[in-house]
Amino acid sequence: MAELTKKERMQIPRQPMPEQAPNSRNKNFTEVNLGFTEELAKLEAERCLQCPKPKCVEGCPVGVQIKDFIKLVAEGDYLAAASKIKENNVLPAVCGRVCPQEEQCEARCVTGVKGESVAIGRLERFVADYERTTTGIRQAEIKTKTGKKVAIIGSGPAGLSCAGELVQLGHTVTVFEALHDIGGVLIYGIPEFRLPKEIVKAEVDALEALGVEFKTNSVIGFTDTIDELMTVEGYDAVFIGVGAGLPYFMNLPGENYNGVYSANEFLTRVNLMKAYKFPEFDTPVFDVKGKNVAVFGGGNTAMDAVRTSKRLGAANARIIYRRSEVEMPARIEEVHHAKEEGIEFVMLTNPLEFLGDEAGWLHGVKLQKMELGEPDASGRRRPVAIPGSEYVMPIDMAVIAIGNGSNPIIQKTTPDINFNKWGNITVEEATMKTSKKGVFAGGDIVTGGATVILAMGAGRKAATAIDEYLMENAVIQ
Amino acid sequence: MFKIVSAEFLAPEVKRFEIEAPKIAAKRKAGQFVIVRISSQGERIPLTIADSSVERGTITIIVQGIGKTTREINEHKAGEFFMDVVGPLGLPSHIENFGTAISIGGGVGTAIAFPTAKALKEAGNHTISIIGGKSKEYVILENELREICDEVYPTTDDGSYGYHGFVTGKLKDIIESGTKVDFVLAIGPIPMMKAVAEVTRPYGIKTVVSLNPVMVDGTGMCGGCRAVVGGQTVFVCVDGPEFDAHEVDFTLLMKRNNTYRSEEKSALDKHVCSLDKQFAEAINN
Repeated sequence: MAELTKKERMQIPRQPMPEQAPNSRNKNFTEVNLGFTEELAKLEAERCLQCPKPKCVEGCPVGVQIKDFIKLVAEGDYLAAASKIKENNVLPAVCGRVCPQEEQCEARCVTGVKGESVAIGRLERFVADYERTTTGIRQAEIKTKTGKKVAIIGSGPAGLSCAGELVQLGHTVTVFEALHDIGGVLIYGIPEFRLPKEIVKAEVDALEALGVEFKTNSVIGFTDTIDELMTVEGYDAVFIGVGAGLPYFMNLPGENYNGVYSANEFLTRVNLMKAYKFPEFDTPVFDVKGKNVAVFGGGNTAMDAVRTSKRLGAANARIIYRRSEVEMPARIEEVHHAKEEGIEFVMLTNPLEFLGDEAGWLHGVKLQKMELGEPDASGRRRPVAIPGSEYVMPIDMAVIAIGNGSNPIIQKTTPDINFNKWGNITVEEATMKTSKKGVFAGGDIVTGGATVILAMGAGRKAATAIDEYLMENAVIQ
Repeated sequence: MFKIVSAEFLAPEVKRFEIEAPKIAAKRKAGQFVIVRISSQGERIPLTIADSSVERGTITIIVQGIGKTTREINEHKAGEFFMDVVGPLGLPSHIENFGTAISIGGGVGTAIAFPTAKALKEAGNHTISIIGGKSKEYVILENELREICDEVYPTTDDGSYGYHGFVTGKLKDIIESGTKVDFVLAIGPIPMMKAVAEVTRPYGIKTVVSLNPVMVDGTGMCGGCRAVVGGQTVFVCVDGPEFDAHEVDFTLLMKRNNTYRSEEKSALDKHVCSLDKQFAEAINN
């Protein structure tokens, strides 16, 4: 086949993601997106202009060699494409599903200037799925063992990415996880319908096959302190990637009524503990069948919670957000999917008080309408209350999804690590070094709540710095 | 996997387990807890560590079989394993030499109060234990407490053993007899802890209770265990589990602990049915 001209490439439309129909998917927990077929993937890959100086890769926090892997897809060599992605990204099937590509690689894609950008995320997902379902995830090469031991605290995206890099560089890596299963937010937070847990497991298993050791049920700070890891257990360096993990509430009257959840609790019950399969699984969750649910917040977690409640059978599942839709931090795709599934968006509305009965059960929320005023510190227009606009909405379950503070356990048990006033660890930006020698940190515990890929980028950056630190020390010794 | 070294019933539905968990055994302090999960479909159950042995690398937990999972835990025998045990979690008890300290345990609460009573004695307190049960068979750990405390008073609701009445009655007697009480620790059913708080409040005796809310992760991540203490919302797993009894909103705690009552009941009924069925099949075969 003759090589396509640039003009011909640009005439190919962006290929849509095949999806489960909204009216059936909002009743099950199976993945919404079905993934590209080979034909769709090849066609989409043909849209890439193979820029001599590609902008897309600048938008990728882990630096995936995007145009190279896309070229391999266009040539039909999907396994080579998978290897190419894995040079920079240890969790491609996860990232292909949950990265906000529209704000990162795809936002920089030149085809997006006049038309629509290349669907880089969909292609990444296709390639990772192709490898996993055909040959299985193939092992990367590992450098000669250095004899250096690294402890990674937290098995979420930051920790997994750091572990994957370090093990390939020849270091001995152990990941410590507080919960009973590996993956952090990928397994307790992000729902099955957006990121199937068997896919997380396959990518974790691949890291284990590379030699990464995983220890569950280990709350670092309590089970072992960081000092003990370094002195008693003989770890030469430590990476802290424990995430945010302390949910904010709104401090409103009635917030402790039964039926008011943090997003973390609601999602953990449903995702990690599989409460959607109660009583086959033992952990229950509030029964929302035929009930009214309100989720407060406008981010991806709020979308995950509200779509989960719809799948659990809620009659009305609503997002209540104090600004307007434009200001919502959630991905456009999530908002779009939520709307298709029948989620109602109540914008410019703020809760004042939760209402309940004598026995302590939630039955409503007092709301107030807002309007947008001057921009605030975040650059978004500040919501201002409209006097006299208060009204009561009957609800049976509320989910508070307004973000997370930082978990205090490491802070309380490691006095020589510096934290800022919000409880986030302070690090040197280029190296992710903390104030404690040999200890590095990255992800939400440093930045506050952000995205999977930013955490992975931090984990990767720290891995490079940890490798330098370990090898420098090796020379001195 | 965590091996069960020994397992024995102390009272009806109340079982003591010694489990191999060397890291936790070496670290844990009085007042801290573990979370146990027994199967891949299982829920996470918080249980206070009753004792530990660094030499043997074991911890002791005492479990009251109430719901499906706690009864399933109690079906485990020595030599078997628990799938997940994580800890030590929560803040240790605040221990100092207060002077005279009374440790009150109601039912299985005695097991939870035990390590703190031991620590209070080791800190030099004149330590008194009041241990209550519905009837004699529900009074646990009396011998173990006699070894570490200066005075031990069993109480039973039906008068079948020791003081006839509630633990609060005995507590009142001690206070009114003129003994100067400097510290009270009360652990047991919420109504008991609430009643103890009301007995000591007029005397201004520092009183601490250990709260038992619903938990999931036990590390501060979910906020399911929130309670109100002194008008402030706290996360019991990381801010507690012990709090000033005179500041705790017990009514709220009681209401919140009812959140999953219907689910718990249906799960238990189903479990009991399946046990009956197994039993019937065993007889028929």
